[in-house]
Amino acid sequence: MKTVNLYFQVHQPWRLKVYRFFNIGKDHNYLDDFTNRAIMQKVARQCYLPMNALLLKLIKENKGAFKCSFSITGSAVEQFRAYCPEVLDSFRALAETGCVEFLAETYSHSLASLSSKEDFVEQVKLHTKMIKDEFGKKPVAFRNTELIYSDQIGEMVSALGFKTILAEGAKHIMGWKSPNYIYTNAIDNRLKVLLRNYKLSDDIGFRFSNQGWDQYPLTAEKYAQWVAEDAGEVVNIFMDYETFGEHQKADTGIFDFMKALPKAILSHDLKFATVSETAKVSQPVGVLHCPHAMSWADEERDVTAWLGNELQNEAFAKLYGLKDKVKALKNADFEYVWNFMQTSDHFYYMATKWLSDGDVHSYFNPYGSSYEAFINYMNVLADFEIEVEKALAAKKSRKKEIA
Amino acid sequence: MRVLMFGWEFPPHIAGGLGTACYGMTRGLARNDVEVIFVMPRASGDEDERFVKVVNASDIEARYCDSNIAGADDIMRKISFIHIDSNMVPYISPEEFATYRESYERTGKKFWEREGDSWTQRYTFSGKYGANLMEEVARYAVVAAEVARQLEGKFDVIHAHDWLTYFAGIAAKRVSGKPLVVHMHATSFDRSSGDNIDTRVYDIERAGMAAADRVIAVSNLTRNIIIEKYGIPAERVVTVHNAVRFSSKETEIPERGVEDKIVTFLGRITYQKGPDYFVEAAAKVLKRVPNVRFVMAGSGDMMNHVIRRVARLGIADRFHFTGFLKGDDVDKMFQLSDVYIMPSVSEPFGISPLEAMRSNVPVIISKQSGVAEVLDYAVKVDYWDVDAMADAIYGFVKYPALAKMFSTKGLEEVTGLKWNNAAAKIKDVYEDAMNDCAK
Repeated sequence: MKTVNLYFQVHQPWRLKVYRFFNIGKDHNYLDDFTNRAIMQKVARQCYLPMNALLLKLIKENKGAFKCSFSITGSAVEQFRAYCPEVLDSFRALAETGCVEFLAETYSHSLASLSSKEDFVEQVKLHTKMIKDEFGKKPVAFRNTELIYSDQIGEMVSALGFKTILAEGAKHIMGWKSPNYIYTNAIDNRLKVLLRNYKLSDDIGFRFSNQGWDQYPLTAEKYAQWVAEDAGEVVNIFMDYETFGEHQKADTGIFDFMKALPKAILSHDLKFATVSETAKVSQPVGVLHCPHAMSWADEERDVTAWLGNELQNEAFAKLYGLKDKVKALKNADFEYVWNFMQTSDHFYYMATKWLSDGDVHSYFNPYGSSYEAFINYMNVLADFEIEVEKALAAKKSRKKEIA
Repeated sequence: MRVLMFGWEFPPHIAGGLGTACYGMTRGLARNDVEVIFVMPRASGDEDERFVKVVNASDIEARYCDSNIAGADDIMRKISFIHIDSNMVPYISPEEFATYRESYERTGKKFWEREGDSWTQRYTFSGKYGANLMEEVARYAVVAAEVARQLEGKFDVIHAHDWLTYFAGIAAKRVSGKPLVVHMHATSFDRSSGDNIDTRVYDIERAGMAAADRVIAVSNLTRNIIIEKYGIPAERVVTVHNAVRFSSKETEIPERGVEDKIVTFLGRITYQKGPDYFVEAAAKVLKRVPNVRFVMAGSGDMMNHVIRRVARLGIADRFHFTGFLKGDDVDKMFQLSDVYIMPSVSEPFGISPLEAMRSNVPVIISKQSGVAEVLDYAVKVDYWDVDAMADAIYGFVKYPALAKMFSTKGLEEVTGLKWNNAAAKIKDVYEDAMNDCAK
């Protein structure tokens, strides 16, 4: 019996407001509160609330036979708390069914895994604590920002005590191998690697409403047939949770598709499992070698969407250059800013690779150009740096006074 | 003395420095008892007419294709790539068709046929620098001929600003027989990199200067280009440096956000302005003194290139971009600056350092700018000499006494550059031109 592993990623970045040179040194509110609230409430209305309600119904209807997994970023949870706490309640209701697993990831949906072990560990610990506090269970499986994975990242994750990690079934890594089996990390064999079946995942995520697609319209029965026919032991279907109702609007029929999917899948020789359960259904078939970082983004499936040009590299270097100073402050206000500045979306807006995946990039980009995004980010960072320096100086002088 | 002046723009609606210079100049001329009739392609009606009478060329009905009177027909013919009737709409509405049809039945004449070989037409100029600039330049000449005819006997000399108005000046001269003075605010060689100039513009510039009785250059730098590259006899080319007029309104000093010293570049981010030399100099300074911030205010075709260079040099946390600034933001930027720099590769004059000096900011300018000829209290460097530039920035940032001296003396110096004096020189040029003509 083949296992179907449904996993959804929930993320919303804290968007920066238009922050000019003239603001530097005077204005320390960096966020676009109106846009953040408007987007969060819109997505909650169109996606999170109706989809959570649907999943809850499906779990109850199928009496434990339907299962799925989530990872929710810290910045998304912060925004749920601020703008629509009812979403958080609905996720808790899902957690209580026991059929839903919550994964660990980086707190800020950050690129810390590409910066240093220290930054990465801090981000993961912060997120693990948040998930435990919100949903009552310490996560045991891990997924990195945008499915960024390499042998080294896997080793760090295993050292943190996680048993399973998700990664992209990227063609350049897999070669002739199938993503429909379980693999292990090349450095630490205890860590199991589940690979995304990008064909079956993108059939829902990207192609579902594409009327030019020769398989349009996609029905649950047809899809279940494809899953059943795909050779292997596990089928890993990973996608953005915002696919449901946001990227694919309600009028495309995506909710009806989802409503019919569990029955259709279960009518074949298939069963649902969470990420951690999936990792245990069979023995790993081999070791996956991935010396360079890969991700689930763009045609290239690498990290060039975030760190692919000099603008992104400069912003990244300057951001993490502040790390020690922010740490030394031990101040929650500064750490709050420090966290949202790390979010990978800021770097994504600075991408200049518009050829293959320009559509996807511009869909998510609030800026007119990569250069605008860079200027705005650096202006905010400049002010943040000045504030950090000031606070450090004040702290030092206080220490002297006490002494 | 009365002068018929052809310009392209006039405050408040201006795109560049040309309109501002024309305004200051006409005020100065008025103080020197020179009456100015200022013709522009498109007046908005809110121009300051206290010192000058503004004529809107879009209101003038001009006669086209009348070889005896127009005086501009050969200009129209020379610019053969222009379609005179492009003002006409390609499609007509049913109502218009009915009207034309009716008149055809009555007169037996098709609507595109006109009486005789001449007709009058009003042309609405955009007065901008758009795609059909060449057409507007040619039509402006036709209108200029008509203006000169209507104002016959009411002016003694014609004065045309920049190549856009040269055909107009020539046409007016032919109709009236009055002497023509053309004013070179910039040359084709300033607008392009190297010798890749727009030859159409070059030809118009040369034709204008060849037909003129006197040529005014805004600097000796420009005068040399005119003599060397356009072959205009030296004795007909006179340098009159621009001046600067400051609004008397006091701008309030904005609160400083950062304690670091601020070094500012303000202008179009194009090859001509030398933005990349500024970036290289900034990187050199930042290696020695960390507490300096550099600001590049403006926009332009080299902006993205400059941003990339800044990122690659790893100085983006200290090098800021503001985008295009206007109005109060420009004043604010000057007020916030500790050093102003204009590293232009080629600048016929360059008014912005004067504005900076007016705000008590010490300035560094390139030797390749016209304004360098009139300033003593400005550090002058070759635009390519980024070491010298970095040196000067370092000096102003590190030695307050030096900065203080340049800002105090600089303010005195810039206050002495008055349009009254420049206008007096221009008046002399008019008189020379008139004397030559009378001979």
